[in-house]
Amino acid sequence: MSIFVNRNTRLLVQGITGKEGQFHTRQCVAYGTGVVAGVTPGKGGQKMDEIPVFNTVKEAVGKTGANCSMIFVPPSFAADAIMEAADAGIALIVVITEGIPVIDMMKVKNYIAGKKSRIIGPNCPGIITPGECKVGIMPGHIHKPGGPVGVVSRSGTLTYEVVHQLTQKGIGQTTCIGIGGDPVNGTNFIDCLDAFQKDKDTKGIVMVGEIGGTAEEEASEFISKNVTKPVVGFIAGLTAPPGRRMGHAGAIISGKSGTAQGKIAAMKKGGIHICDNLGVLGELCVSVFDHA
Amino acid sequence: MKIHEYQAKELFKKYGVPVPSGGVAFNPEEAGKIAAALGGFPVVVKAQIHAGGRGKGGGVKIAGSLDEAKALAKKIIGMSLVTHQTGSEGRLVKKVLVEQGLNIQKELYLGIIPDRASAKIVIMASEAGGMDIEEVAEKTPEKIIKIFVDPLAGIYPYHCRDAAFGLNLPAGAVKEFSAMLKNLYSLFVDCDCSLLEINPLVITAEGSVIALDAKINFDDNALFRHKDIAGYRDTDEEDPLEVEASKFNLNYIKMDGNVGNMVNGAGLAMATMDIIKLAGAEPANFLDVGGGASAEMVENGFRIILGDKNVKGIFINIFGGILRCDVLAEGVVQAARKTGMKVPVVIRMEGTNVEAGRKILSESGLNLITAVDLQDAAQKVAKIVRI
Repeated sequence: MSIFVNRNTRLLVQGITGKEGQFHTRQCVAYGTGVVAGVTPGKGGQKMDEIPVFNTVKEAVGKTGANCSMIFVPPSFAADAIMEAADAGIALIVVITEGIPVIDMMKVKNYIAGKKSRIIGPNCPGIITPGECKVGIMPGHIHKPGGPVGVVSRSGTLTYEVVHQLTQKGIGQTTCIGIGGDPVNGTNFIDCLDAFQKDKDTKGIVMVGEIGGTAEEEASEFISKNVTKPVVGFIAGLTAPPGRRMGHAGAIISGKSGTAQGKIAAMKKGGIHICDNLGVLGELCVSVFDHA
Repeated sequence: MKIHEYQAKELFKKYGVPVPSGGVAFNPEEAGKIAAALGGFPVVVKAQIHAGGRGKGGGVKIAGSLDEAKALAKKIIGMSLVTHQTGSEGRLVKKVLVEQGLNIQKELYLGIIPDRASAKIVIMASEAGGMDIEEVAEKTPEKIIKIFVDPLAGIYPYHCRDAAFGLNLPAGAVKEFSAMLKNLYSLFVDCDCSLLEINPLVITAEGSVIALDAKINFDDNALFRHKDIAGYRDTDEEDPLEVEASKFNLNYIKMDGNVGNMVNGAGLAMATMDIIKLAGAEPANFLDVGGGASAEMVENGFRIILGDKNVKGIFINIFGGILRCDVLAEGVVQAARKTGMKVPVVIRMEGTNVEAGRKILSESGLNLITAVDLQDAAQKVAKIVRI
């Protein structure tokens, strides 16, 4: 079992003929993901390797039955691409694109409300169910299939670090999701925690947060009420200065809100096992999850 | 991106939001000319820096005469203004805004920000104007009215009425205030603001609604579609090393410690700073070279870190994903050869092609200190700077 993606996922890539799109599509195919279509307006009828390219998402969905989209289009066209995917009935839209204006994402999020589509990202590494399906830019080989741990994170390479430590300790993963580093994102911590709680193969969860916003605080509240599986948490940015955007658009301490200290306190209160030292996260996970 | 008050007021004027008459001056003579042209005293002389708390720090003064206005401008321009946001070293003032004094009857607070969780645009208004709004929010949250606007539908008159009546405005000011709020919302959305704040917004004795102060921050992600606003950037307000880094699209933020560090990815970069601190040292910077860093970016990053005189050791932490460790190792070796190894460098690499990467480093003949994992690396670099 897994959440959101599995071996039945039929992937469509928006922006498949661009440099990034091509490269990562090939990586996903190599991992075993069922990539069924690509979309690049004006290049319909062509093929990228053996994958048919269409002009519109609607046409691609009609011809191939794609149910998941991975988006690589540049920031200025990303909102358009996401809404096109949603209107074409794509169930899961994974937005890799970094640098989408906040107001564009706010419009997209309000537009999508009430539709059946789920957005993951933007500005994220994607989602992977190890051994089954990779929809994103993460290195597949650091993952260990079969569970029992689910990973959800706002970061990219920090997630790889966490997954690597888990794998090194022999702890496999059910699904790993990067929800992205932007202030407004589609799927949040709570959505993933809820799905992991309901997934029978997931026995424990690692949650990786960072400074900015209040998503970790809200997630902690949710965990204390709804999650019975053990959760290990890590927060990046204890040393981050206030008022500065730390790489991710969403990683900014505004006044007294969004500090790492505040998040850690909330997570401890929510019963999460806090990892104080990223260097020994793997060890902590062994001790927490072995008793699960 | 931040801009100055006088620039924000230029945008206000463009959008029909009333501001006091005035102009920006770079020296006392200019300040005098502007003050004289305003046609009456008192006038207000306001230091223009990208930091709040200017009034408390002595950067905002009232002049009752032309001579006083010139004298105040002379005093303020060139001063190092210290506020709670500048740090103890303060910020050099290079220009002042000279404005007509107003007959203030009531001071209000008005702010517009995006709300992350709801994906709505929030208008915040309070009768507790002129005060630290964070303090108001903490101690007396009931004094702040919040109005959520769906960015797809936009602002409607009822939003403005909610704010106006919530602020207990005098009946005569409601219409003027509502028109102004609608214009401010348009400015916020049109220009991709990430924060718009007026503190205080004043009601004058004559019943006019005027933005006495103006603060606007912009969404950096949207600057590509606002070339005019990008032109408002004032690099004098930024750290020179940060300005240099931005030329190479490097995310660099200078800090006060002595362990320089270079990391791929923002989250891992923050976590690396944290683990440096945990090991008993202080990070000198945040530097994210990005998930897809090239050898050239690594080289520029290296040079910028070495531009900080406080740096006594460097910690390079790379988790090779799609970006392979061998490619990165090449970049580090090249950079170290070109720029010289002025301080010890500890490298920790993990991920794709890590063995090939380690081989390149060990065969380079450079005195690079390799670490087996994060913990090991942090302790090694902390030990170096402690000596």
